[in-house]
Amino acid sequence: MPFSSLSELKKKLDDGQVTARELAERYLERIALHNAELNAFVHIDPEHVLDQAAASDAYRAKHGARALEGLPIAVKDIFCTQDGPTQCCSNILKDFHAPYDAHVITRLKEAGAVLVGKTNMDEFAMGSSTETSAFGPCRNPWDSNRIPGGSSGGSAAAVAAALTPAALGTDTGGSIRQPASVCGITGLKPTYGRVSRRGIIAFASSLDQAGPMTRTVRDAAMITAAISGHDSMDSTSVNDAPAVDWLGACDKTDMKGLKIGKPKEYFVDGMDAEVRACIEKALDQCKALGAEIVDISLPHTESAVAAYYVIAPSEASANLSRYDGVRFGQRCENPEDLLDMYTRSRDEGFGTEVKRRILTGAFALSSGYYDAYYIKAQRVRTLIRQDFLDAFEKVDVIATPTSPITAFNIGEKTDDPLTMYLADIFTIAVNLAGLPGLSQPCGFANNLPVGLQWIAPAWAEDRLLSAASAYEASTDWSGKTPAAFDGNTACGGTR
Amino acid sequence: MSWEVVIGLEVHAQVNTKTKAFCGCSTEYGAEPNTQTCPVCLGMPGQLPVLNMEAAGKTALTGLAINAQINLESKFDRKNYFYPDLPKGYQITQFPLPLVEHGYLDIPTKDGGEKRIGITRIHMEEDAGKSLHEGLDGVSHIDLNRSGVPLMEIVSEPDMRSADEAIAYLKQLHQLVSFLDVCDANMEKGQFRCDANVSVHRPGTPFGTRAELKNLNSFRFIKQAIDYEVERQIELIEDGGEVVQETRLYDSVKGESRSMRSKEEAHDYRYFPEPDLPPLRISKEELDAIRAGMPELPSQLRKRFEGEYGLSPYDADVLSQTRALAGYFESLVAAFPADPKQCANWLANELLGRLKEMGKDITESPVSTQRLAGLLERIADNTISGKIAKDILDIMMTSNDDADAIIEAKGMKQVTDTGEIDAIISAIMNANPDQVAGYRAGKDKLIGFFVGQVMKASKGKANPAMVNQRLIELLKG
Repeated sequence: MPFSSLSELKKKLDDGQVTARELAERYLERIALHNAELNAFVHIDPEHVLDQAAASDAYRAKHGARALEGLPIAVKDIFCTQDGPTQCCSNILKDFHAPYDAHVITRLKEAGAVLVGKTNMDEFAMGSSTETSAFGPCRNPWDSNRIPGGSSGGSAAAVAAALTPAALGTDTGGSIRQPASVCGITGLKPTYGRVSRRGIIAFASSLDQAGPMTRTVRDAAMITAAISGHDSMDSTSVNDAPAVDWLGACDKTDMKGLKIGKPKEYFVDGMDAEVRACIEKALDQCKALGAEIVDISLPHTESAVAAYYVIAPSEASANLSRYDGVRFGQRCENPEDLLDMYTRSRDEGFGTEVKRRILTGAFALSSGYYDAYYIKAQRVRTLIRQDFLDAFEKVDVIATPTSPITAFNIGEKTDDPLTMYLADIFTIAVNLAGLPGLSQPCGFANNLPVGLQWIAPAWAEDRLLSAASAYEASTDWSGKTPAAFDGNTACGGTR
Repeated sequence: MSWEVVIGLEVHAQVNTKTKAFCGCSTEYGAEPNTQTCPVCLGMPGQLPVLNMEAAGKTALTGLAINAQINLESKFDRKNYFYPDLPKGYQITQFPLPLVEHGYLDIPTKDGGEKRIGITRIHMEEDAGKSLHEGLDGVSHIDLNRSGVPLMEIVSEPDMRSADEAIAYLKQLHQLVSFLDVCDANMEKGQFRCDANVSVHRPGTPFGTRAELKNLNSFRFIKQAIDYEVERQIELIEDGGEVVQETRLYDSVKGESRSMRSKEEAHDYRYFPEPDLPPLRISKEELDAIRAGMPELPSQLRKRFEGEYGLSPYDADVLSQTRALAGYFESLVAAFPADPKQCANWLANELLGRLKEMGKDITESPVSTQRLAGLLERIADNTISGKIAKDILDIMMTSNDDADAIIEAKGMKQVTDTGEIDAIISAIMNANPDQVAGYRAGKDKLIGFFVGQVMKASKGKANPAMVNQRLIELLKG
């Protein structure tokens, strides 16, 4: 039985086939049934969800429907919300309640969305597997022994298992696209500056960007349309960003005249052969739709991971200094003095991976090493940005695998951070260059979903949406739900 | 061979904007602790800074006033350290590329000349909160009202060679920022704070190792702290010791300093570019607009007061001390244009003296320029003598009446009727025949005696010039 996309649900709501309250009830039922197995949600307040849904129905009756009226959307535990705790899946923010909504949360509320709950993630978004969460690992609905990707693994698993029709994630080095890829859903990371970062707990400020995780490309466009736009309280949110016809871009059904760049550095020896075959097949499909495939080179790709693992931890080392036990969050018991309070509170509050990155970052910034690490990484970043600018002289969009591998087993890479870091090898450069990127399902390898990544020039999200929509329309990889979750409490069927 | 002292100063001046550097909270001093805070200046998760452009404009204006280069593109950085009154665990500041670079101030020297003190840079940053340790039973409290208040850090070259020069520089700078209305500069409120880098060496040899003195919050303490430090270093070296690079805290009560941290314990601040803020860009047009808003500076005022109004250098200097005082003077001259020198004299010598006794400054003067001008007019038209005018000014300090009303009410109008004056003189002459004889025998100095007697008899109301004139005529017989 097929599960409904956001746009199908919107139509049903608009046609009066279902109310927001009924929709909320059904998804809450599914969460109650399946969340224990997946651990996709870390906080749910059913009463509050139902209240929002009832309020949405009342709003619709009185004023008509807004863009996302009555549609359930889950958000990663990194978004500050006035309702319920915001803990970033870290013990150091245990029971933290933000007195404010993130800008994107405000936008979702203003569009009439019903916020379903907080989804699991790697602690402070540092990870590629959602295993570093203080609330325990999240599982992949396609194989519950495997990871759902990360760091937005909870959002990806929840959408893939249809516990929510859509979710928000954040993407610092691939944290939307990589979990979308390994869970078989669509994920969009907008251009840096397109979406306000205010109220999103910062990991690496120059890289973080929020975006949608959905069952279809059009759903991603619907949500991005609602959450994007200038915020005067985020100085990096761009005021004069070129406008995009978000939904119009999704009407494309062919690729006539489209030049797709195929970077040789993203098709390397050692990548999973089945994954590679999936991507090659997808590109053949694009050719059949009228696209021209152009071999290109992004020569500095191999330095991206190294540069990222200097820049992101450096920024994180400062961003996480505010978790010091003084004003909010975890404070150790009976500190002897100030230093003891700082060190013990932080030692007890942060997990291993977060500590590793804080130390890495503090080291890279320290006197005597700054030039060799931080400055050099920034130079690499400039070169990577230039690689893309050069490539987009020749092509309209770039297509690559989102990840070189499919979902790996839980625990498989936890003892080997370097191997873990390579999970983001194909997504990181996009963040370093500030570009928009989209991952969509393009088949299965080893019986697990494979993601196709689209990359466009800054502010050209419409190109991603058009290419991905045309591909989606001509194949049936999108919107699939794993059999284990394709149960009797389906939300898609007519009543 | 003597020792030479080398001093460089870092001044933290709070920029007097209405709101904080990166959020909309009030900067008003003295509010209840933690009432002027918001998620941004509390360093709450996910909160982001937005630069207060007024703070940037005021910093640029200061830069223009010290003849510095204004960088049309400057950048913000994070300075990392942990302290409970620093909510984010880093301070937003400017490190490699500050808004203002390469300026100078000319300070007066003892011999009446000028010395140029280089100013390396002025960068923008945010203030931290305050930690309160005392009187709280061993528990520390934190007040974050000050967290995020905009600061200018004004860094001088090591160009000063004595504590006196350092004080002269600081006073000049203090006056400048007040004049520009970029800083309220109350040192007791911590709006103008100073750290001093002090070293000693033999002239002609490289600079010595410096110690940084912190916590200097009055001109007097700064001088004391520098003098103490210079003496400490010289003694140390002459006893065969060595000065170590360290930060020292001056205790104004004990009159001595102690080591706070050594070079080895110095923080590694791990500066790096602030990713939450784009570069600060100021266009040429914006800079021109800032320049156009530059008020007259003290040195320009002094020259104009001397040239335009014929004031003495002393009066011109006194009246250009603060913008408010200069403004009062010019408003007084506008109300009484006949005699600017008289305006200066009455303001500098009479009004300011009375205000000082009352513990007030010119902005709190109970006597407006209009009322003071009214008084000066009555002196000019001989209604009252200067001496009587001083008595009237005394009354005006505590009353709302203008000079005319007081003269009328107290009958203080000057006697200018020749007949009336002659009658008093005659009476005095009759009562003092010996003195009359003495004067007539050539003791000219006795004129003073007669003037005194006549003024006394008229209760000070007789016109002194007329008394003088009539006395000479009548005494000669």
